[in-house]
Amino acid sequence: MKVLVAVKRVIDYNVKVRVKPDNTGVDLANVKMAMNPFCEIAVEEAVRLKEKGVATEIVVVSIGAKACQEQIRTALALGADRGIHIETDEEVQSLEAAKLLKAVVEKEEPKLVILGKQSIDTDNNQTGQMLAALTGMGQGTFASEVVVEGDKVNVTREVDGGLTTVALNLPAVVTTDLRLNEPRYASLPNIMKAKKKPLDGMTPADLGVELAPRLSTLKVEAPASRQAGVKVADVAELVDKLKNEAKVI
Amino acid sequence: MQQHVINTQDLAFQLFELHKTEDLLRFDRYAEHSTETLQAALDLALKVAVETFAPHARLVDEEEPRFENGKVVMRPEVKRALDVLRETGLIAAGQSFELGGMQLPVAVAQMCSGMLKGANVGTHAYAGLTLGAANLILAHGSDEQKARFAGPMLEGRFFGTMCLTEPHAGSSLGDLRTRAEPVGDGSYRLKGNKIFISAGDHELSDNIVHMVLARLPDAPPGVKGISLFIVPKVLVNDDGSLGARNDVALAGLIHKMGYRGTTSTMLNFGEKEGAVGYLVGEPHNGLAGMFHMMNEARIGVGLGAVMLGYTGYLHALDYARDRKQGRPFGDKDPLTDQVPLIRHADIRRMLLTQKAYVEGGLALCLEGARLVDEKRYGENEADRAEAAGLLDLLTPLIKSWPSQFCLEANSLAIQVHGGYGYTREYPVEQFYRDNRLNPIHEGTHGIQGLDLLGRKVTMAGGAHYQALIKRMRRSITEASEIPSLKDNADRLASAIDDLVGATDAISAVRGAGEAERALANASLYLEAFGHVVVGWLWLRQAQAAQVGLDTGGPQAADFYLGKLKACDFFARYELPKVSSLSELLKEVDGTALDMADECF
Repeated sequence: MKVLVAVKRVIDYNVKVRVKPDNTGVDLANVKMAMNPFCEIAVEEAVRLKEKGVATEIVVVSIGAKACQEQIRTALALGADRGIHIETDEEVQSLEAAKLLKAVVEKEEPKLVILGKQSIDTDNNQTGQMLAALTGMGQGTFASEVVVEGDKVNVTREVDGGLTTVALNLPAVVTTDLRLNEPRYASLPNIMKAKKKPLDGMTPADLGVELAPRLSTLKVEAPASRQAGVKVADVAELVDKLKNEAKVI
Repeated sequence: MQQHVINTQDLAFQLFELHKTEDLLRFDRYAEHSTETLQAALDLALKVAVETFAPHARLVDEEEPRFENGKVVMRPEVKRALDVLRETGLIAAGQSFELGGMQLPVAVAQMCSGMLKGANVGTHAYAGLTLGAANLILAHGSDEQKARFAGPMLEGRFFGTMCLTEPHAGSSLGDLRTRAEPVGDGSYRLKGNKIFISAGDHELSDNIVHMVLARLPDAPPGVKGISLFIVPKVLVNDDGSLGARNDVALAGLIHKMGYRGTTSTMLNFGEKEGAVGYLVGEPHNGLAGMFHMMNEARIGVGLGAVMLGYTGYLHALDYARDRKQGRPFGDKDPLTDQVPLIRHADIRRMLLTQKAYVEGGLALCLEGARLVDEKRYGENEADRAEAAGLLDLLTPLIKSWPSQFCLEANSLAIQVHGGYGYTREYPVEQFYRDNRLNPIHEGTHGIQGLDLLGRKVTMAGGAHYQALIKRMRRSITEASEIPSLKDNADRLASAIDDLVGATDAISAVRGAGEAERALANASLYLEAFGHVVVGWLWLRQAQAAQVGLDTGGPQAADFYLGKLKACDFFARYELPKVSSLSELLKEVDGTALDMADECF
């Protein structure tokens, strides 16, 4: 069974994010970049499926500038078999990413597509769902457990009220939540081996997808710093403030 | 969360713009590598440092290992972190592919372990000592010893130690008393007591391989009668399986100021029938064998000191940017907003001092690492010999300068934090305590001074010293062409003249037969020499930064400007110290030497 894993290059979670002075976005110049943590969990799950003998081949795909190849190589060092890089310097929004991935799915015909539930840069939580809708595959999002049984996959999902398990026919889309697994580190010998694994490059045009952003960013601002609170003398004053100042009751 | 292990821009700048590490890839040994694989290894080491090492650095300081029922008990996080080192292969990053390593250039392998040291030096030491002990077996052991002991050590199944010090013999190794008697089957039985043995006992690995210095029955007295032995905690059978427990007993743990995560032990060899040991290399040649490995090991010590200073600096910088205290100079209005600490002149001076020390120290260690590679793989004999000579000369500086000045950086990091820095709520006090070991172990500061002035400067008729002075003067000529660097180049030239004057004056006194007086101020000479060399490396950093600025290099413009300013700072605030030290050194003063013991 072939598994396709999508990975995204994002700002490293250890970096203190700074907004550009002109408020057009986050400053990414000279900032350390890394694989999105949820995507690391997706790669790990695919590698575990391969170690169990469920998956036979893991193909890892990333969309973005040339530097994305670093994250593809990382995934190859973690155990993926080959990489696909869809190269573009343009901004890629969720729907476009989903369309590009759909084109890759049609080419590769994987039985399972695993993605992170969201990326820590834009936090949209959309691409997996959109990909499922575009391809007509079933979706198991926010996965905390993935069990493949024959031509079905049982996905345990983390929802507000607890856990729910869905059974999906393969092929299917799974998006990973934080507790699905604890990703391993790439080992140094595997980093060397990853250098020799195949990595195909292509462009959105090669896949017949035109990048046309539908959303425009108006302004990016750092969260407002928290204001100091006030002390109230008694419950009556608190109720009064809630009613007349905050107007929440 | 922000990581405080290293400034990744500085790491990339130092490795690839200052030291041109990619040039080393021309050597056959590194042919399989590209800058991408080097970067991937560094990224991995930083990730492991931040995620697996840093989080328990405080825990192992607060709950140091305990001695219970003859065993060492410690926090479980230590074993987990070391398991990650084993699984990722980071323990043997610089070793050959066939030994399971990644065959990384020395500078990159050193940085991988350096970041782990900065994140948690107490936990890293177990791996560092293991690598040092394995290297010793690889360099001097028989094929059988390499397979039986070094192999499992590089895999991380066995850990290692260095057993030199005895209760009555620390720096004075020639006086050690541990005995080794041959028993006729090729092995020996050892009896003696060792102290301050780091990582001497623990439950972290299947076995512990002690590298022990001891005397054979026919040994001549002094340093020429010391042999090196492998003494495993558990005997290893011919098929590699573990056998009986050897006669090595843990007598107790030592409780230290810092580095508390690493057990420091008292070990008794041969309380009963004698501990089984195997001779490594030639009889009576153990000390020479061990010191043969010291150049690289001492780069590791210097880099450890740098990285503890570095993490302190990054913490202090963050604190100074966030913590609001006081108002702008001259603003007396108590109703205006307070400003961050970094707005105050004295805080800025302390931050820049730390930057100048830690980034200068890093450049020094990486210069040494590069020389190790050039010494081994250089194109021709002359290049290799020059690199070896320079490395010999620089080694005492690489070990000692960061141990002195990056420790001072740790002190300044506490000062920037004010009262909070003195509390255990903030990590900077621990960095200071951890780093305080570095001027003491692996050859004290004083011994490094004697090594530099008494041996290295005059070695090969002073050829290595002359070669270094020539290299530094060549850099000055180059930098003088660049208007922004001219003034700094002049200041360095003057510092070199002062140092040369001091060297000549001391040589004259030594030539006249007054060796003790000539060497009496060797540790001050070490300090002056170190400042000159680091001043040289700052000039080279500034030169590389100017290129980066002019050509739109890979780092941010502010980063390059910071390098230029730090070079200005070092030239103006630090290099003048060479002048005053040289004045003193030129007098070859003996005030302390000559004073009667009773007068102290």
